[in-house]
Amino acid sequence: MNTQTPNPSALIVECPSCADTVTLTRRPLCGEVVRCGGCAVELEVVSIEPLRVEEAPQVQEDWGE
Amino acid sequence: MPEHKSRLRASIIGASGYGGGEVLRLLLNHPRVEVSQVTSRSQAGNFAHAVHPNLRGSTRLQFVRPEEIAPCDVLFLCQPHGEAAGSIDRYAPLAGRVIDLSADFRLRSKAEYRAWYGEEHPSPAWLDRFVYGLPELHRDQLRGCRFASGVGCNATAVNLALYPLARAGLIRSAVADLKVGSSEAGSEPGPTSHHPERSGSVRSFAPAGHRHEAEVRQELMEPLGAFDLHLSITAVELVRGVLCTAHVFPTRAVDEKEVWRIFREAYTQEPFVRIVKDRTGIHRYPEPKILAGTNFCDVGFEIDPRSGRIVVLSAIDNLMKGAAGSAVQCMNLMCGFDEREGLSFPGLHPV
Repeated sequence: MNTQTPNPSALIVECPSCADTVTLTRRPLCGEVVRCGGCAVELEVVSIEPLRVEEAPQVQEDWGE
Repeated sequence: MPEHKSRLRASIIGASGYGGGEVLRLLLNHPRVEVSQVTSRSQAGNFAHAVHPNLRGSTRLQFVRPEEIAPCDVLFLCQPHGEAAGSIDRYAPLAGRVIDLSADFRLRSKAEYRAWYGEEHPSPAWLDRFVYGLPELHRDQLRGCRFASGVGCNATAVNLALYPLARAGLIRSAVADLKVGSSEAGSEPGPTSHHPERSGSVRSFAPAGHRHEAEVRQELMEPLGAFDLHLSITAVELVRGVLCTAHVFPTRAVDEKEVWRIFREAYTQEPFVRIVKDRTGIHRYPEPKILAGTNFCDVGFEIDPRSGRIVVLSAIDNLMKGAAGSAVQCMNLMCGFDEREGLSFPGLHPV
């Protein structure tokens, strides 16, 4: 499997949905949306110091209406 | 010269069926294997590509009768149910390794075989000599062994769906509902495969009592502990593919992160099992369509917050991870190769 070279200055945070490690390759802006590689959930950066993310609102599928 | 430095000579008994054809396709593209002979009683003399048209230009092999098979390094048995058990004494001395794709040597217990197949096993002394051919559960036993069984396609979808939770002791009961493609029924036509009957149908052909349930009981319950298990199988509008939706009623409440951890611990190192549980995108859960021709099993889950039920989903190509792909993966382990060799096709999209 191809893998990316580790970036020593990367910022790391745990995904609140699947607990995978989310790695940010640069310092994000507050309010920026990033994506988890484990479960593809969109995460909103809500704090920089300390780094915290929360799940962004998701579009749900509903075919039964 | 060590075995792994030279090309193995492999032959296939019963190569005109779908499972045998898939083994042939994989071996023709395997860097460490040369296919010596392919047999078929009904197609003797015919070119392999005349029966498996996808192989035109890949080989000029012609089918020979089973009686003409010569000694080789690896022999794949891809015969209809019961034939391998009746001929294993003749075939075993011909090859250093034998891999049987049929159900004949999957169950270790002759009593269980009798219970599920309704007849005495023709050669029960051989049952203990075969390793069940699912590398995710028997990798160490398969390394260097001489005899490996096939796996049931539906059993594989269920086993890989439930294995992580069974290992964690979390299953109180499980109801596995499987939707399966028409190639599961093999290449011999019958009344149920007649196009006007089969096309567009959603046919419950085994609401209870499918034989592959025995393999799930053997592989999960015997080593990991008993739980209530129920299988129902429905034929749907697919040629290849199995989608298993397993409703698991757990022994205690669990949250999503714990189940993520359990699945990651079981499968992160597995080359052919991928966890598919995305919160965005089109393919958020396992989908058999994109696995056609691949050796992958995709596994995902969701937790019902109201009932605590864990819905585990798994998808495979029944002819690949559910048959020929696992068999070649077994061969790689048995012969000391990288188990991914010859199995790297990632599938098609769109398809």
